[in-house]
Amino acid sequence: MGWFKRLKEGIQTATQNKKEAPDGLWFKCKSCNETSTNKELKENFFKCPFCNYHVRIGSHDYFEMIYDNGKFVDLFNNLVSKDFLDWTDLKSYSDRLTTAHEKTDVMDSISVAYGKVNKMPLVIAAMDFSFIGGSMGSVMGEKISMAIDYCIEVGAPFMIISKSGGARMMESAFSLMQMAKTSAKLTLLAKNKLPYFSFLTDPTTGGVTASFAMLGDINFSEPGALIGFAGPRVIKETIKKDLPEGFQRSEFLVEHGFLDFIVDRKDLTNKIGELLAFFNSASKAS
Amino acid sequence: MVFLDFEKPLESLFEKLDKIKQVGEDGDIDVSEMVKEIETKIKNTQKTIYENLTGWQKVQLSRHPERPYSLYYVEEMTKAFTELHGDRTFKDDKAIVGGLANIDGMSVVIIGHQKGVNTKMRQFRNFGMANPEGYRKALRLMKLAERFNIPVVSLIDTPGAFPGIEAEERGQAEAIARNLFEMAQLKVPILCYVIGEGASGGAIGIGLGDRIYMLENTWYSVISPESCSSILWRSWDHKEKAAEALKLTADDMYNFGIIDGIIKEPLGGAHTEPAAMAKILKKHIKKELAELMDMNPQKRIDQRIKKYSKIGEFDKVKIKVSQA
Repeated sequence: MGWFKRLKEGIQTATQNKKEAPDGLWFKCKSCNETSTNKELKENFFKCPFCNYHVRIGSHDYFEMIYDNGKFVDLFNNLVSKDFLDWTDLKSYSDRLTTAHEKTDVMDSISVAYGKVNKMPLVIAAMDFSFIGGSMGSVMGEKISMAIDYCIEVGAPFMIISKSGGARMMESAFSLMQMAKTSAKLTLLAKNKLPYFSFLTDPTTGGVTASFAMLGDINFSEPGALIGFAGPRVIKETIKKDLPEGFQRSEFLVEHGFLDFIVDRKDLTNKIGELLAFFNSASKAS
Repeated sequence: MVFLDFEKPLESLFEKLDKIKQVGEDGDIDVSEMVKEIETKIKNTQKTIYENLTGWQKVQLSRHPERPYSLYYVEEMTKAFTELHGDRTFKDDKAIVGGLANIDGMSVVIIGHQKGVNTKMRQFRNFGMANPEGYRKALRLMKLAERFNIPVVSLIDTPGAFPGIEAEERGQAEAIARNLFEMAQLKVPILCYVIGEGASGGAIGIGLGDRIYMLENTWYSVISPESCSSILWRSWDHKEKAAEALKLTADDMYNFGIIDGIIKEPLGGAHTEPAAMAKILKKHIKKELAELMDMNPQKRIDQRIKKYSKIGEFDKVKIKVSQA
């Protein structure tokens, strides 16, 4: 008889004696499958300590990381989406909105903040992918529009951190028109000689890429971010071929001339500070 | 004639009409009474069909294989037209055409999506799905128009911008975004017409203007009903439902205040009397351009930007002041 024969079947430990890591303590990297603690992850700018994979994070994580001492003011947080078309697919739009509000602690897929970076003012509009895929509806368009007005009023540069699947279908033509609205408003920022930085993070696709996200005075991104017009699945179905390795990743976009550079998240704040200093001294000189 | 599924009741009537006419020609029986009777029947049937079209049926009409495309209108409306080619950077896109036109003595730059009229041409035109160079060619022509104070007319008819590897490599998104940015500030009038399909970024990429009109049997939306069905319903079978939900018809768009008006089509659709349709369109363009050319350029741009700034539906709620 083998010495390894199991005498009793099943799990013998009583449930109350079970030893388990509490939820939210451990992080398993999607890219390399290594495990680290959430504390380690956060201290490493939400990047995997093993493979440097940049984990998707929310608008306020960026705000806290970028602004001096993590201090900022939320702007235009009173705008909320509504189901004005009585939209229902497998779920109703109003149900989707309710779920999104329960699941996240943001008011919509974009949040706007004002604060200082290296003591220089900056308005940032940042997206939350957890809120209906960061999709662009009327609220996103209006918040960007108001943020631009605010920048012009206080003379602050503008930055958008994009993270979106594209237009919000449940707002149909209204979401499409936000592409025109935001792009048209950006021309006013340019006329007022205020710099606009477009920071494209994983993922940025569809109508967001095909409007304000590609219109930065400076376009930059994090490593390995998916950025494109059509999603990879759609392209694959259209051309019925496999897509090349690294297709539509930020490195690919730098290579093809649509991004200025890629920045590691640990260097992000410094880089923004440098950009602000550059444009501030340029405008003083003129 | 090509009959769509909901036009089937008409097909048998037209067949009957042809047969009776044939009999009248062959023999010496007087069929004029019967012809008249069937013609009234056809008119009545057409009325009941076309006055109650669903969203999906309008989508089908907008894609009718005999529907006139941009170059047809250009040919009908203009005395002289010189097509211009190429974006001066990469190549000439066949899915967007453009050139110098003369409409009753007035110089106009016309740009538009172009679909093919038969299988071979449809491929040649890439089914009206433009690549980045198409949008860049359109922008080049608009900038040319601006330099010589010539108005721009844009004819929109696309199932979407092309989703391909090369399109991404050459910056499909950037090309569309750049057009939106430049069109917002273009110093000459931009007059846009949706003459067929107005799908998503591919449509708006040449569709930002002072005034936007839609032909009666066209649609304009953020996504095609088929793709919407496949994404939200996770199957291609709900395109009718998606077409209803998207509220993509000219009537819907006018009620939303997104477009400035609807251009009536001949009964049965633009393809039944294309020359008449072109005449209606030409008259409309002339009237609109006269008005727009009269305006002060800066005022026109301000109004254009204001027009788009207003578009959006949302609520405002009271919230507690967040941390400073």
